Amino acid sequence: MSLLQVDELSVRFETDDGNVHAVDRLSFALEEREVLGVVGESGCGKSVTFMSLLRLLPETAVVSGRATFGGVDLLAAPTPRLRRIRGKEIAFVFQEPMTSLNPAFTVGNQIGEVLRRHLGLGRREARGRARELLDLVRIPAPARRLDEYPHQLSGGMRQRVMIAMALACDPKVLIADEPTTALDVTIQAGILDLMRDIRERLGTAIVLITHNLGVVADIADRVIVMYAGRKAEEAPVHELFARPQHPYTIGLLGAVPRPGASRRLQEIPGRVPSLAELPSACAFAPRCPRADELTRTNVPELREVAPGHLVACFHPGPS
Amino acid sequence: MNGAPVVEVESLVKHFPLRGLGARGVVHAVDGVSFSIAPGEMLGLVGESGSGKSTVAACIMRLLEPTEGSIRLLGEDITHLSRRELRPLRRNMHMVFQDPYSSLDPRMTCGQIVAEPLVVQRLLDGRGVDRRVDELFDRVGLRAELRHRYPHELSGGQRQRIGLARALAVSPKLLVADEPVSALDVSVQASILNLLRELQEDLGFSCLFITHDLATVEYLCDRVAVMYLGQIVELAPTAELFASPKHPYTQALLSAAVVPDPVAQRARVRIVLEGDVPSPVEPPSGCRFRTRCPFEPRSAPASHEQEPPLLEVTPGHHVACHLVRLGGEGPRPVEAVEAAS
Repeated sequence: MSLLQVDELSVRFETDDGNVHAVDRLSFALEEREVLGVVGESGCGKSVTFMSLLRLLPETAVVSGRATFGGVDLLAAPTPRLRRIRGKEIAFVFQEPMTSLNPAFTVGNQIGEVLRRHLGLGRREARGRARELLDLVRIPAPARRLDEYPHQLSGGMRQRVMIAMALACDPKVLIADEPTTALDVTIQAGILDLMRDIRERLGTAIVLITHNLGVVADIADRVIVMYAGRKAEEAPVHELFARPQHPYTIGLLGAVPRPGASRRLQEIPGRVPSLAELPSACAFAPRCPRADELTRTNVPELREVAPGHLVACFHPGPS
Repeated sequence: MNGAPVVEVESLVKHFPLRGLGARGVVHAVDGVSFSIAPGEMLGLVGESGSGKSTVAACIMRLLEPTEGSIRLLGEDITHLSRRELRPLRRNMHMVFQDPYSSLDPRMTCGQIVAEPLVVQRLLDGRGVDRRVDELFDRVGLRAELRHRYPHELSGGQRQRIGLARALAVSPKLLVADEPVSALDVSVQASILNLLRELQEDLGFSCLFITHDLATVEYLCDRVAVMYLGQIVELAPTAELFASPKHPYTQALLSAAVVPDPVAQRARVRIVLEGDVPSPVEPPSGCRFRTRCPFEPRSAPASHEQEPPLLEVTPGHHVACHLVRLGGEGPRPVEAVEAAS
């Protein structure tokens, strides 16, 4: 059985200007010890998907579907039950390490809070464990750092503190939303190494939400490509990069400049669609070179083209 | 790419005094940067946040007045010119900004935005401006009816095209582009980079392209300058820099950039730098990179005592490192990994 099984997840926001469909009937599974990359551009629903699983969205969000984790449906569980899972068994790391830490409390205090709340540790025990955690995320001189405030740390160090907090209760799942986007490349490299190390040493399953295909290529075992709230393609990482089938995936891969290649970059015409109405067609059709009558009037279902390789396209295949 | 340089930057220094109660000292944003850009050349200026690359751009555009050093635009010294004296020269240089949302006036139509430099420079009469704006919209791939729209009605990619059209309106000799695509989605970035390359080939302007993304530089630029903590540590033709980086920082930067290819990416040897970038208020003595250099203390005590000059070690390849000798021999990236382990 999968560690986390999501079935037919839909998320809709009710706004004054009508409904916005952020996620549409998304299903996927997360296995133990796995690094799952979730890729897509802004507005594709990749962050909303995981926020909705932990019920972190505002009340204007209407969520339906099922998300089974350890025999519990996260979307239906009573709030106290969910609280014991959120932050303890499933932990979140956000993109902005500057704004997700509280500037008024020391690092030790903030990590300690998680430990006291979820594990019921005393003040001294919590401090000792917090020091171990800082050591785990390879922050030099951890004892000294415990008494520092977030503003005294660099961006990379803050992100390490965030990861330390997320790991405080030894979670089974770590959801990292663009964890390296705000960081410089040399710092990003260190954070990616750290996540790899955490998976190896602690066996934590990691969901890595990103727009950066390079990051996915570096660390993911399996990849889901999202477009306009739907899954466009899913495959093991090597399979996806070697044999992409969906024209959107192919477009994304061709749009990135690569070392040594000076050919013209492939463009995807048009723009990311608005999610105001859910088209009863392939959402990518207006930008797709393979679009025809069929794609403009029907929603493509996912089909398996190779073991573990799913594509939602009427005309899949290499370019 | 012959002829006199379009822009020459000589020993440029820009310091910002620290403000606030009891604050003392200065931020050494840029500390002795020299380079020039030939006609029709694209120079990439690469560095991480805080390296001073945007400050260099702002000094060249004279949005800031340099503390020391000189900037010559088409042979004319513009380092300390007043706003009024600068105005006629502004037709020779223009800028594209990072954020296509905040760099366009929300109260002007897109047509007015693109026309503004022409109106300010009084280059054409009313009808001429009109024709020129039409031509520019066509040139950057925007439909003419967007002239009457406001920026908020456009997508990020379209807005950045407006930014480009505005920058090119007066046919500048130099275009300064500060991270022009980093705020855009991947699928949109490609079209803007392609457009910039096409425009440069057709119009032949020189370009200072500022970015933190190495792959983009490799795609666009003829030469690359790498900055670290306010100084250029390496400057070379693009192909040469990517094939044989000589400065340990460039080597680390290249090794850390991720490539969208799992086979190649996982086979790469990564040089992980220890520690953080030091504060620009008190940069390290001698070599500024020494606190994170994987080869330290190999060049001590020189690394503590002397600032390594930016030397031309092989034709066209400049490096500022005590370990790199004339002829270009220096530490190899593999040694850095061995030194670390």
